[in-house]
This record gives sequence, C-alpha cells and structure tokens, in this order.
Amino acid sequence: MHQLTLAEIARGLADKKFSSEELTKTLLARIAQLDPQLNSFITLTEDLALEQAKAADARRANGESGALLGAPIGHKDLFCTVGVRTSCGSKMLDNFKAPYDATVVSKLAAAGAVSLGKTNMDEFAMGSANESSYYGAVKNPWNLEHVPGGSSGGSAAAVAARLLPAATGTDTGGSIRQPAALTNLTGLKPTYGRVSRWGMIAYASSLDQGGPLARTAEDCAILLQGMAGFDPQDSTSIDEPVPDYSANLNGSLQGLRIGVPAEFFSDGLDPRIAELIHASIKALEKLGAVIKPISLPNMQHAIPAYYVIAPAEASSNLSRFDGVRFGHRCEDPKDLTDLYKRSRAEGFGPEVQRRILVGAYALSAGYYDAYYLQAQKIRRLIKNDFVSAFKEVDIILGPTTPNPAWKIGAKNSDPVSAYLEDVYTITANLAGLPGLSMPAGFVDGLPVGVQLLAPYFQESRLLNVAHQYQLHTDWHTRTPAGF
Amino acid sequence: MALERSDVEKIAHLARLGLNDADLPRTTEALNSILGLIDQMQAVDTRDIEPLAHPLEASQRLRADVVTESNHREAYQSIAPAVENGLYLVPKVIE
Repeated sequence: MHQLTLAEIARGLADKKFSSEELTKTLLARIAQLDPQLNSFITLTEDLALEQAKAADARRANGESGALLGAPIGHKDLFCTVGVRTSCGSKMLDNFKAPYDATVVSKLAAAGAVSLGKTNMDEFAMGSANESSYYGAVKNPWNLEHVPGGSSGGSAAAVAARLLPAATGTDTGGSIRQPAALTNLTGLKPTYGRVSRWGMIAYASSLDQGGPLARTAEDCAILLQGMAGFDPQDSTSIDEPVPDYSANLNGSLQGLRIGVPAEFFSDGLDPRIAELIHASIKALEKLGAVIKPISLPNMQHAIPAYYVIAPAEASSNLSRFDGVRFGHRCEDPKDLTDLYKRSRAEGFGPEVQRRILVGAYALSAGYYDAYYLQAQKIRRLIKNDFVSAFKEVDIILGPTTPNPAWKIGAKNSDPVSAYLEDVYTITANLAGLPGLSMPAGFVDGLPVGVQLLAPYFQESRLLNVAHQYQLHTDWHTRTPAGF
Repeated sequence: MALERSDVEKIAHLARLGLNDADLPRTTEALNSILGLIDQMQAVDTRDIEPLAHPLEASQRLRADVVTESNHREAYQSIAPAVENGLYLVPKVIE
C-alpha cells in the first residue's frame, strides 16, 4: 500500500479498496520501522493523523469525494500547526507551539488531507543538505551516507522512501527542486504569490514560496491544487484564478518550444548529468517539442545577488526571535541586551548566525546601496533575461543541480562551496518564476533531476510537460533499495 | 575589503548576537569568504536599472480601516518564556 501515489490512493479510497484509517496505520507503522535510518521527521502526530483519517472516512461514507480526502501527507516543519510543535529545525523554536495554523495547513486539512507529522529541514530553511537542522542530518534513502538535499530534505527523504506519498516544502533558492532532484522526486516551486505564506515561518520574504513534493507530476498537481490560491492574510499573495491542474496534464507537446540556455551547461556541471539532461531533451523532442538554444546572460550574477537579498531579509525577519514573547530564552539574563544576545546566540545554529551577520552588514549604514540595492538591480536584469527568453520559447529546460547528492559532511568546512550547488535553481526565485524538477536518471546510483521553468502562473504547463515525460519514461518509478 | 575581528564584533552587536570570543576568528573567516562571493556583484553595470523588490511588481494592498482581529492575548502569552498579569517579563530596564 505504501507504493501508491496520491492519484492511486484517491481511486482506491473512492472504490472502497481500503480506508484512510487503514492506509494511515500502514504508513505510521512503516515510519516507526524505517525512519530511524533517515531522520526525516521531527514530530510525528499519530493521534491527530488517525483522528483526521477517521473523519475523512466518515466524509466519504457521507458521499463526499475529493482527490485529497483521506490522503496522507507531511508538512515541512516551518508551516505553523496549532497544538503541534513548529520548530523550523531550530533550537530557538524547540518549545514553540504556534497559536494558529498556516493557510497551507488549514486548506489541506479542509480538503481532507491527513497530516502524519512535521518533516525535518535545514534550520530556518537555510541550507542545501539538511545538515543544519538542530534535530540532526537527514539521510538520503538512495544512499544513507549522502545528503538528501535541502532545505526540504525531510519531506524529500520521507516521500522518496515511501513513508508518505507526498509532502509540502518551501523553496527560497531551490529548497523544493534541489532535494526533489537528489532523491528522485518531482517537486514544484510555484510563481511567487501563488501559494500563501501566512503561517509559513519566513526566511527571505521576497523569495519564499511553498509547494509540493511527490513522486509524480500528477501528484504534484493534486497537492498544489490544495495549496494554491489568493489569501488576504498574505500581503504578497496574488489574486489570480487557480486553474484545474489535473485537467491540464494531458495536453499534447506537439510544437512546444523548449529553450535550452547555454549558461546551464557551463564548466561546473558534472558531464554525466549533462548527458542525462540531453537524453531528456531527446525524449521531449520525440513527443513533438522543438528545441531552441537560448541565453540567460546574467545568470552568473544570481548567486552573489541571492546571498545579499536572502541574508538581508533573514536578518530582518529573524529579529523577532528575541527571547521575550516566544521561543528560546537564556538563563538568568543580567539585562535586556544580555537577554537578546545570549538567547539568540544559544537558539540559532552557526549557518543561521552567519546569514544574520551577512544580512546585518549588508543593511548597515553606508553599505545599503552597494549591497542590497545593487542586488535588487541585478534581480531586475535576471528577470529581464527571462522575459526576453519567454518571447521565444514556452519552457526553459536545464539541469536542477550541477552534481548529484554529496556525502554528509563533505561541504561543511566551506559554506560557499555548498552555496554554489544552487546555481541553477536560484534564478527562478529571484525572478519569481515557477519551476519544477523531475527525475532524469542516475549517476553512481544517485538520482539526477531535470528542471523546467515557465512564465508566471504557468504551473499547468510545467505539470503538463512533466506528466507527458513521465508517461514515456520510468525514472520516477524507481524505488531506493531497502525501502 | 576584508572584515576585521572588530568589524564582526560591531555587526554582531547590531544583530544582537552574543558571539563567543573563541568563535570570532572562524566566523570572521567565513564571513569574508561569503563577502568575497558577494563582491563579484560590484563588477556588474547596473546604471539606469531600477531595483526590483517584488517579482511581479505588486504594491501593498490596502484594506478598510475596521477592526478585524479579536483578542488572543491568552493564547499568545501561553507560549511566552515569562509573563505576569498579562505582561511580558524582561530584566529591569530602568533603575
């Protein structure tokens, strides 16, 4: 039963082949048996899950239906949940129980999704390896010595290991797409403003966006349907109609123009990954797509601009953690400044502290123009590159990551070396565009992802292309040995 | 321009982060490595380019000036480190 996708679960529940309660119990038992190897959950909510599963079964018995009604999922542990700890992977929030649910959590609960627990993540979503979590590193089910990617690494590992059919994640610089690529999943970062950020603990507010991780594009469509939509509670939410993502999966790719940017195949790319990406291009050509070489000339400036904008916004967002109203407080503060300084130094891990310091420096008097403003100008150059490219093509395609999953600990001594792994994903966040990663093959037994980018609000197009690709390839069906 | 230890101490004070003396050399080194990456930005010609704050250029929505929130003081204070009579407690600020 653990191999079922969300789409198959919906059919099985509708046909009364099994109940949500049976499915939930099966997965909870599987998590208890297998998750000690992976560490993909921070908090399990067995009682709540069984309660939600029984309620979903009762709703179905009363004639209700819905693709998510009774479907088990997990939430990345930065979506606030009433009565259940929301830690954000940090000691700072180890004792934090949010007084309200995130919009994503309440929407999915209303649709009847059953939440099994809160998944592990890099502390405050800052990382690409899920090694900065206060609750320990997450292991990649494809090779337990390797990282699963991050920051949504717990969601990715749990879904890849068939502990869950799907989970929520968030993507600020690649944190859905990169772990999806490294664990053989399909993951989608929506257009900025498509999914509500209300109750999603902020890292970099102008870049953060929630989205689905699942094993197929079809399942991403189902989960995104439950997450997307305008929310007056989020001041940057966009009031655009939400299309029926599942209804749009079967469009033909005949004549689809796919742009392949030269900059995505530069020196840093593992040639074995390049080979797999070219094979995926060939597969899409066979389905009728037309390939066009394009250029995104400002892509090389994306990482430096990101490492100003994201830390600057983080230093401002994380100033709320002061040891006064919630979260960690140090013992015996001698005065108010000591209370702030020690609570924050004890509550935040080293990577979070580094990014707060970089951000505080970039925003400090005399440096604002040279750093934050210059980064925002580069952000426009990057957006303009995409606007020009999308006049010629419908989709942009390239690798999701330059390398497969690295060994746990391999990049710990130099933070910058890990930052460079996000080279292909960061541009979509800076431009606010939707992006998807899907399985494209394996290198040394480790999964490789191919990334698709589309114009604003064209999530349907991404899911359509990915679904058609998955009807003609079987990479996404591979299961890691031992799971 | 590389940061000195004293610069890092000043930034840490601005960010209200109490760094250990023992960690300062390592933190200074890491920050300089990150700033080296960031400084690649300075070579980019951005004359006449408007900064981009929101990818879709959306501006702040306004709402009617009416009370929409109810009182959640008890719920909010139930997760606070120290409260008394509905107030958040901190060390004495004024002697």
